[in-house]
Amino acid sequence: MKNLFASGHRACAGCGMAIAVKLILEATGENVFVVSPTGCLEIVSSPYPETSWRVPWIHSLFENAASVASGIEAGLKALGRKDEGKVIAIGGDGGTADIGMGALSGMFERGHNITYICYDNEAYMNTGVQRSSMTPFGASATTTPSGKVSRGEIHPKKDLVSIAVAHGLRYVASASVGYAADLMDKVKKAVDHDGPSFIHLHSSCCTGWRHPSSKTVEVMRLAVLTGLWPLYEVVDGEVVNVKRLAKRLPVEDYLKTQGRFSHLFKTDEGAEVIRQIQAMADANAEQYGLDLDIEE
Amino acid sequence: MQVVEGSYAIAHAVKRCRPDVISAYPITPQTHIVEDLAQFVADGELECEFVPVDSEHSAMSVALGASAVGARAYSASTSQGLALMWEVLYNVSGMRLPVVMTAVNRAMSAPLSIWNDQQDTIGARDSGWIQIYVEDIQEAHDATIQAYRIAESKDVMLPVMVCMDGFILTHTYEPVILAELEETDDFLPPFEPEYYMNVKKPLSLGCFAEPDKYMEFRYMQHEAMKNASQRIEEVAAKFKKAFGRDHGGLIEGYNLDGAEIVLVTFGSVIGTIREVVKHEKGVGILKIRSYRPFPADEIRDALKDAKVVAVIEKDFSAGFEGALFTDVKAALYNHINDLKMLGFVVGLGGRDIRADDILEIIKRSKSAMDGGITDEWQFIGLRGEIL
Repeated sequence: MKNLFASGHRACAGCGMAIAVKLILEATGENVFVVSPTGCLEIVSSPYPETSWRVPWIHSLFENAASVASGIEAGLKALGRKDEGKVIAIGGDGGTADIGMGALSGMFERGHNITYICYDNEAYMNTGVQRSSMTPFGASATTTPSGKVSRGEIHPKKDLVSIAVAHGLRYVASASVGYAADLMDKVKKAVDHDGPSFIHLHSSCCTGWRHPSSKTVEVMRLAVLTGLWPLYEVVDGEVVNVKRLAKRLPVEDYLKTQGRFSHLFKTDEGAEVIRQIQAMADANAEQYGLDLDIEE
Repeated sequence: MQVVEGSYAIAHAVKRCRPDVISAYPITPQTHIVEDLAQFVADGELECEFVPVDSEHSAMSVALGASAVGARAYSASTSQGLALMWEVLYNVSGMRLPVVMTAVNRAMSAPLSIWNDQQDTIGARDSGWIQIYVEDIQEAHDATIQAYRIAESKDVMLPVMVCMDGFILTHTYEPVILAELEETDDFLPPFEPEYYMNVKKPLSLGCFAEPDKYMEFRYMQHEAMKNASQRIEEVAAKFKKAFGRDHGGLIEGYNLDGAEIVLVTFGSVIGTIREVVKHEKGVGILKIRSYRPFPADEIRDALKDAKVVAVIEKDFSAGFEGALFTDVKAALYNHINDLKMLGFVVGLGGRDIRADDILEIIKRSKSAMDGGITDEWQFIGLRGEIL
């Protein structure tokens, strides 16, 4: 099958986003309109006169991907072309959860037939790893650096899935670049649902997270296996298809793979932060019923 | 001819243009236009996608997306809303998408004012949009229909904002000849862009350009603006032929023959000035319809016999002078240098511009012509007691 996101783009080796986009388009097929906000994806894929996109693609601005997608969907409908292709938006965490939140909420609320996929690499990677509202508790980012009196980011991540569910969306899912088949399956379901759908996709940035480029899939999987990134779907408001774990790993197994958490392993205060992160994973396990051995 | 509200006339003209997508966010005094359009849709009189959005930023972004797939798109806003759209304005023109919007003219906050002046669209002057300023409701209606034809011209492909004074034109009632369906269809062909997003021939829109390519994109926008100058004239002529009405092309002169003093301005204040000038010998009016592209050649030609030119406007660049004043002077420099140029700021934040204010401007212009000393640039109607 033709790769709809052509090789030769400028993403870093091991970039989770680039893997994700290839998989997403493999799932949608070529009858799709893609919108991207400003960010790594747009920069690495569209240096004029080159493009990696073998599907119709548009980038407009940082905060308006959901609105541009709304316009495309409305335009296709008005022109009697709505069966020509699905409309999807693929945006990073900054363009989605921070500056693009209002536009996203508007698109959800108006019920456009659009699948929005947020690839969450947990900071403003394109501008140099500044923190976003999706930077995890304890991670060092360039605007929340660890230091003599700082242990990095002090706020937990926004719960984007719940925000989407609260808009009454019929299909919402979390996904991970570490689980390719699961991601593709979810993309297919999302685009097949009428109305807006949302996928919150964990996507590693080896440059910002500071892990070897060969370890992307391994690191992504550890986020799932430690309970820090539960995989589940919310269909018509019901949590379903939770990926359950036979033996949930301690969060250290995930944290120690990345330079952004390395400061936590050096001090007693850091150890306390790790305990708090473990408590978050435990809370996830409780909320989503992640642990197989407890249930059975 | 019917007596209708200005906003209704605009909505009617938009309806006649058969837009595919309308997207807007409510802001006074733009609201009646989009309310009327929404009612047309609700009553089944207008078949289009009406997208009521979360912000003006989204309104213009929806129009952008719609236009990118080949749909005819419309929006309307004013003042703070137009300012919130600012980066999208540049994006739409940079992508060469022929969106048309009604830019209702309203003052910028702070202090908050919902009333009319033209500071808002002056702020959008350099956004790459064609700007047409209108004098009355009939012209606003007609210019809206003209706007799509100009914007969608193959050698233009630029967005157009029809700038109309808030309240003065949007909320007043005038007798207006509303366009018929057939005559509008005959005048305005369906939008069939050469390039648009589709799955058969995938395009990438909104790529980034490195320093070795960016300038050329911007230059091509400038070339398109120059083409627009011709199209604006041509479309006005064709409109006159089709509809029998004429409001001028790039500019319109009034009483210019033998005029020693010429008042240069745009927007609804021209109505007041026309009344005053009727009784003033040797005073003419030069109405600027197209502010971008700026008709420098036409202005030069129109002012070649004048002795004093007084530019009247409802905006200024703090720390310098009125924007139109600067531009008119720039157009004349190196060409006509024996003219006395005066600039007047009037009517900010909705302050009424009375016949007496215009008479005062004419008086000061006459004084300048006779060698009297007067400030080159000044405010008219300032209330000293509250300064």
